[in-house]
Amino acid sequence: MIRVVLPHHLRTLARLGDEVELKIDNSITVQSLLDALESNYPALRGTIRDHVTQQRRPLVRFFACGEDISHEPLNAPLPDAIANGAEPFFIMGAIAGG
Amino acid sequence: MSKIRLLVGTRKGAFVLTSDGKREKWKVDGPHFAGWEIYHVKGSPVDPNRLYASQTSAWFGQIIQRSDDSGKTWFQPGLAPGEPATTPDGMPKGESNKFVYDTSTATGKPLTTHMWYDGTQHPWEFKRVWHLEPSLTDPNHVYAGVEDAALFESKDGGENWKELAGLRGHGTGPKWQPGAGGMCLHSILLDPKDSKWMFIAISAAGAFRTDDGGKTWKPINQGLHSQYIPDPNAEVGHCVHHIAMHPKRPKTLFMQKHWDIMRSDDAGDSWHEVSGNLPSDFGFPIDIHAHEPDTIYVVPIKSDSEHFPPDGKLRVYRSRTGGNKWEELTNGLPQRDCYVNVLRDAMTVDSLDPCGVYFGTTGGQVYGSANAGDAWNPIVRDLPAVLSVEAQTLP
Repeated sequence: MIRVVLPHHLRTLARLGDEVELKIDNSITVQSLLDALESNYPALRGTIRDHVTQQRRPLVRFFACGEDISHEPLNAPLPDAIANGAEPFFIMGAIAGG
Repeated sequence: MSKIRLLVGTRKGAFVLTSDGKREKWKVDGPHFAGWEIYHVKGSPVDPNRLYASQTSAWFGQIIQRSDDSGKTWFQPGLAPGEPATTPDGMPKGESNKFVYDTSTATGKPLTTHMWYDGTQHPWEFKRVWHLEPSLTDPNHVYAGVEDAALFESKDGGENWKELAGLRGHGTGPKWQPGAGGMCLHSILLDPKDSKWMFIAISAAGAFRTDDGGKTWKPINQGLHSQYIPDPNAEVGHCVHHIAMHPKRPKTLFMQKHWDIMRSDDAGDSWHEVSGNLPSDFGFPIDIHAHEPDTIYVVPIKSDSEHFPPDGKLRVYRSRTGGNKWEELTNGLPQRDCYVNVLRDAMTVDSLDPCGVYFGTTGGQVYGSANAGDAWNPIVRDLPAVLSVEAQTLP
């Protein structure tokens, strides 16, 4: 299972706990992870990436194994530690203002 | 005895304030959607338990929330609490926060660019919903005014949204430009005597009218004079801050423009200034007494560069003559060291007799008057900055 940690506001929006577990059958990428996340929790559609362009919202960041991978290609394979559930994938709101 | 429910949107959540008809003691519920900007909350006139809320965030975008039990519980339309998130065949439910501009050539030939601050053309980019206006006849039918300026409607309780693209596509769109607060469609007035008529206003484009249910639109800005734009008498480009209509006289409109209080008695075909003796005619809200179509309220602030009351005195101004002659209302309002603002959707009236008037400030106070403005009391003092206040008068 893939583990995902969401920012506080998205947890409350989707009525979720500290971590979300996702089952992904195909390759483990940001793209497939977000597809699975939105499919399971459609309340999150449009909050992480744009409905139409599918681009990451500017103040949302992606972290894997301590690295900011927000600008990496969405279809690049995620690290093994994410793929095997040893480490969670973090979706975070950027630090910006009150 | 009647009850009053105030729906308050703030920078950090929504609050529901309730009182009996005396309007002396209030119960404060909230925050709902804590930490999110709530631009607007409004109830259906047909079913007052049906509320719509615009929940928005610079980080996570736009969410539409709905309550069917007067604000006790909320859900995103299409996603009732406890329901499976997917259909039996695995397809995700819920599109309630999906606002996509109509770019088809078949439905109004909508524009794809508007004027940017530097005079160049800029693509339309959806940012948020500023105003939700439920239909006068159907609780599942609701309009949304959005930034970048466009009008959307939902006929299924907020689950799916479709742009009324004839507004952006009617011809003047390339001349629309954002004001300091963004290019927002902030005012939606529905004509109770003719369901095909609707008025909207955009900052900074102007006011527009449809007489065919939103298919076609025309600018209605003749008589507006704005010295801060290249052509002060232009057809569009005026920074209209808010417009108001009395349901008994829907072809008379009042407007708080960037500067100037304006009035039209011909459904917006022509406007004339009624600022009269106001200490400043800059401001944001304007509203009308529930039972007296010629009694109007504004809250002047000092200027476009100083968004606070003149002399640090928070004063509502009331005209009982449809403009020009204004009286200051100060009883119960701070008359020294007050530097808050009252935003365009943050003033409202109830329909009791005497009429209640309410407004919220950027300092987090919500003031109420149970006697048409003669005396005011703070209902609550320390909310986050107030973006909108709507009143519901309940049996």
